[in-house]
Amino acid sequence: MKHTMSVLVENKPGVLARVAGLFSGRGFNIESLTVGETEDAAVSRMTIVVGGDDMILEQISKQLNKLIDTIKVIDMTEKQFINRELALIKVAVNSGNRGEVMQVVNIFRGKIVDISSKTFTVEVTGTDDKINALLELLLPFGIKEMVRTGSVALTREWQKEEPKKR
Amino acid sequence: MKKKGAEILIECLEREGVEFIWGIPGGQAIPIFDALYDSKKIKLVLTRHEQGAAHMADGYSRSTGKIGVCVATSGPGATNLVTGLATAYMDSIPMIAITAQVPTKMIGNDAFQEADVVGITRPVTKHNYLVKDINNLAKTIREAFYIANTGRKGPVLIDLPSDVAKAETEFVWPEDVVMKNYNPTYKGNINQIKKAAEEINKAKKPVIYAGAGILAAVASKEFKAFAEKTGAPVGLTLLGLGCFPGTHNQFIGMLGMHGTRTSNLAMHEADLIIAIGARFDDRVTGNLAFFAKNAKIIHIDIDPTSISKSVRADIPIVGDAKNVLPELTKQVTAGKHQEWWAKINEWKKNFPLAYSKKGGLKPQFIIEQIYELTKGKAIVATEVGQHQMWTAQFFKFDTPRSFVSSGGLGTMGFGLPAAIGAQFGNPGKLVFDISGDGSIQMNIQELIIAVEHKLPIKIIILNNGCLGMVRQWQQLFWKKRYSGVDLSIQPDFVKLAEAYGAAGMRVTKEEEVKETLEKSLKINDRPTLIDFRVAKEENVLPMVPAGAAITDAIDYKDVELA
Ligand SMILES: Cc1ncc(C[n+]2csc(CCOP(=O)(O)OP(=O)(O)O)c2C)c(N)n1
Repeated sequence: MKHTMSVLVENKPGVLARVAGLFSGRGFNIESLTVGETEDAAVSRMTIVVGGDDMILEQISKQLNKLIDTIKVIDMTEKQFINRELALIKVAVNSGNRGEVMQVVNIFRGKIVDISSKTFTVEVTGTDDKINALLELLLPFGIKEMVRTGSVALTREWQKEEPKKR
Repeated sequence: MKKKGAEILIECLEREGVEFIWGIPGGQAIPIFDALYDSKKIKLVLTRHEQGAAHMADGYSRSTGKIGVCVATSGPGATNLVTGLATAYMDSIPMIAITAQVPTKMIGNDAFQEADVVGITRPVTKHNYLVKDINNLAKTIREAFYIANTGRKGPVLIDLPSDVAKAETEFVWPEDVVMKNYNPTYKGNINQIKKAAEEINKAKKPVIYAGAGILAAVASKEFKAFAEKTGAPVGLTLLGLGCFPGTHNQFIGMLGMHGTRTSNLAMHEADLIIAIGARFDDRVTGNLAFFAKNAKIIHIDIDPTSISKSVRADIPIVGDAKNVLPELTKQVTAGKHQEWWAKINEWKKNFPLAYSKKGGLKPQFIIEQIYELTKGKAIVATEVGQHQMWTAQFFKFDTPRSFVSSGGLGTMGFGLPAAIGAQFGNPGKLVFDISGDGSIQMNIQELIIAVEHKLPIKIIILNNGCLGMVRQWQQLFWKKRYSGVDLSIQPDFVKLAEAYGAAGMRVTKEEEVKETLEKSLKINDRPTLIDFRVAKEENVLPMVPAGAAITDAIDYKDVELA
C-alpha cells in the first residue's frame, strides 16, 4: 500500500543525500519526494510517497527517525491529511478538438497556461488520483510532455478521535 | 584564547580522553600532524597503511570499550579508511576518523587529492561531517564523540579542510552536547517489560539469544544475573562471545552457520526466544521460512530499526540492556526447566563440537592448545575464514571484550592491526591474532608497528596453503572445482617475520605445538609469528549451508563418511 510520509529535517547540506541514500541503500522505492522550507527556515519538510508492505514501511519510518538530522517523521496515512500535487501537461491539439480538451480541463478546474497552434499546456493541482484521472482523459489526444511535482501534504487540524487504547 | 583549527581539534581530542591516534600524514593533513607534534597526552602511531590505522582504532575500541581514533590525509588516505569504517559500522563499534580535506575554496574543483569523502563514507558511518566553519569545529567534535558512543554505537567521520585547520578562532570548550533531535532510548517501556516477564515465566522451553549489544552496553553482569535467574539456556552470536562465560553450564554454544547443533536445535524447538542485543542476522537464523516457527519472540535492543527487521518480534523492547535487564530480572521467577534441559543435554551428548584426529596437524587442536596454555586469559583477535570459526568454536571466551573479530563485514586483514590496537590499549595482557595464510597477507605491512612499539603479540598462522573457507564451500557445494583458492606459492613466513624484526617459528607436527607456543609466550619484547602447517582439506563443521534451515547442519561425521 502507498504511504505518504512527512519528514521534518534540519535544513542543512547533505540531508537530502542521506535520505535518498537510505532508500537506495536498502532497496526501498520512492514514488515521489518533495522538499521545501517550512515556517522555520532552519527546518525543511520532505514529503515522501512510498509503497511496500507493513514491515517495509515500519523499517522506512524507523530508519528515517534514526538519521541524526531528522526532527520528526509522520506517517500521514494513519491520519486525516490533505495532499496536493501540481502537474504541467503539454497536450497535442488541433482545430477539431481544442474545444473538447478545454472542456475536460475545465471540469478538472485546470488552467491552460500556454497555447501554440499545436499544443495546450495545462496546469492542474489536486490529489494524485485526480491528476491521474485527468491524464487518462487527455491521453487519447496525445501528451507531448508532462511534469509532476510529487505530493506535498499536511495533516488536517481536525483529527477523528482514535479508539482509546487499553 | 585564540587557537588554530588543528590545535582545537587536538585539544578537543585530549579533553575527550583520547590516548592514541593511528594514521598517516599527507599534504592537507600536515596542519593536523603539526598540532599533534606538541600533544603530551596523545601518542601518535604512524601506521603503514590507513586501513591498518582504522583497524587498530577499531581493535582498541573493541578490547577496551574506549573510543579509537584514526587520521588520514585527503583523497587516497581517506579512501583507504573506507574498509575500516565499514568494518566498524557493521559491528557497531564506536570510532572517530579524522580526514584532511582540500581547502574549502577548492572543494568540487577536482583538486589534487580531492575526494568526496563525506559522500563516499555516508553509508559506512553512523554520521559524518564536513567542517567548513572553524567556529563549528569544537562543537562538531563533541557531537561526533557523543554520537559514536551512544545509542547503537558506530564510527563517525570528521572531514576537515586544511584552510579550516589553519584558520584561527577563539577556542571555547562546549561543556554540554546539545542535540535536540538525537535522543536514543535507554529505558525500556515498563508495560513491555512486564509482558516480557509474564512470557518468560510461562515458557516451558525458553532460549536466550544474545549478541554484542550486551558488550556495547557493558551489561555482562546484569545479563548473567538475568540468565541465571531464568535458568534458560544461553546461545551467543559470534560477536557476543565473551559477554557470558563460555565455561558456564547454561552456555550452549555459538549460534548459526557454524554454531553448535545444540544451540541451533534449541532455537528451533524453543517456545520462547529472548533476543538481547542481537539482530537476527541471516548467518544466525538460516532460512527464515523455517526459523523458530513455534516460538514467541521477545526482542530487546537499543536500535529500533533492528527490531522486526527480518523476524517479527511479539514483544519488542527498545532500550539499553543495562537498564532493561535488571528490571526484567526483578520480575521473572526463578526457573529450572528440567525437562527442557534433559533434552538439551541429550543434544549436547549426541552432537558435541568435535573433529577427526586423523590426517595431519589439525587446526582445531592448535586452538585447543592455545586455550589450555593461556587458561583462556588472553585477548584473541582473528582474521576471517576457517581459522576464525575454529577460534570461535574451540576457544572458550569467559570475559567481555576478549574476542575481537570482524563479524558483519567479514574483513580479511582485520586481525593483525586489530590485535595491535588491542595490545596498545591493554599493555599487560596477552594478545593473539589467529590468522590464515590468506588473511595475514592483507595487512602484513602493519607487523612493523608491533616491532617498532615492542608489542609482544602472538600471530598464529593456521597455514593450509589455500583460501580455506572458500575452498570448503567449493568442496561441499561446487563439486570441488577449486577456482582461485590456491596459495601454495607463498612467502616463507618465518623469514618474513624475521625480516620485520619479529620472532618467527614453524610447526609441522602435533608434538611441537605445545613447546613452540610455550616458547612464544616467553618472548616479551617483540611480536612472534608462528607458521603452523595444518591439514589442507580440513573443514569447519558443523555447517548450516547458506539458505538451509538451521536444523539441517552438516556434521563432521557426515563429511568423514562421504
Ligand atoms: C577482504 C576480503 N576479501 C575476500 C573475502 C572472502 N573470503 C572469506 S574467507 C576467505 C578465505 C580466507 O583464507 P585464509 O585467511 O587463508 O583463512 P582460512 O579460511 O584458510 O582459515 C576469503 C577469500 C573476505 N572475507 N574479505
